[in-house]
Amino acid sequence: MTGDTGTYLYAVARDVGAAMPEGLAGVAGSPVRVITAAGLAAYVSTVPLDRFGEEPLRRSMEDLDWLDATARAHHHVVEAVARGAPTVPVRLVTVYSADAQVRSLLDERRDDFDQALSRVAGREEWGVKVYAGPAEQGVAEGAGQGGEAAASPGTAYLKRRQASMRTREEAWRLATARAEHVHDVLRSIAVASMRHRAQDPQLSGREDWMVLNGAYLVDRDRAPEFARALEELRAQGGEVELTGPWAPYSFAVLDEGGAP
Amino acid sequence: MTFEETRGAVLAAEGRLPSERVALVDLLDRLLAGGVVLSGDLVLSIADIDLVRISIRALITSIRESSTPDDYDGPDAYDMPGEGGRPDEHG
Repeated sequence: MTGDTGTYLYAVARDVGAAMPEGLAGVAGSPVRVITAAGLAAYVSTVPLDRFGEEPLRRSMEDLDWLDATARAHHHVVEAVARGAPTVPVRLVTVYSADAQVRSLLDERRDDFDQALSRVAGREEWGVKVYAGPAEQGVAEGAGQGGEAAASPGTAYLKRRQASMRTREEAWRLATARAEHVHDVLRSIAVASMRHRAQDPQLSGREDWMVLNGAYLVDRDRAPEFARALEELRAQGGEVELTGPWAPYSFAVLDEGGAP
Repeated sequence: MTFEETRGAVLAAEGRLPSERVALVDLLDRLLAGGVVLSGDLVLSIADIDLVRISIRALITSIRESSTPDDYDGPDAYDMPGEGGRPDEHG
């Protein structure tokens, strides 16, 4: 029974002797523990390598139900930690061979973690998604109806097609321009921002265009200002969706070699 | 038009959304493209997994490879590897 478990790492915070949330469970129901070193606290749990080793994970990552459960369990731990203190979340499925390796990580990267924690302290991540509005979609879909009479059916078809493409391009141009505007306004309130890729319609379950999938790191005391700005932007049209506050996932970056 | 404010106030009062109410796709944006990537004496991290076969592969790589920081909004964004993405820091 040796070497058949690993240490799954969820998040790193400062070690302020904070009480461990009672009965906190992580991936695969494993109880969450704290490893402290170098003034930092790493939140971990012990996982069986027959499920969290490289080979089993290769298979598991193809299983959307497994991914769903694991992502939520990981998130649950990060949230519990982030509720109490500035927290740097770690990428999903980061598994060390033992606690000792996590302890060395904290020792070796103490300054980097310290900087990363300072960057996110007192701040929260908000997600803002913008979709092309129904009006624009209507324009795009309605294009090509009622074109002028043409010399031949073929020409008429081509003209309709061109008109449709022009209208569609125009709709896209307008929607992306509005997305840029939304992003610019929100990032002016945020301390940092990040644009995620537009979500796959198969995953989001939405057919309409996602023109912005932004993440914004916002000072907690500027959150009301951020919400007001969002409200004003929403009034200007288009569908704007807010998620959060999130732990600062999109802004958890360790500087390599003391980059600014 | 006060829905968002109301929602915001409710969220603020409640604290964070319970994890089961978060959309998986929003979560994966953050868990697969965000979070600190560590390497070293790892057994493994997701960065190392060569995800072959899978339908989820398309999903994961599409989330990871195309998340770009603000500085790279141009066409070059499509060449940016996911791991290279850094958030844009504002003054």
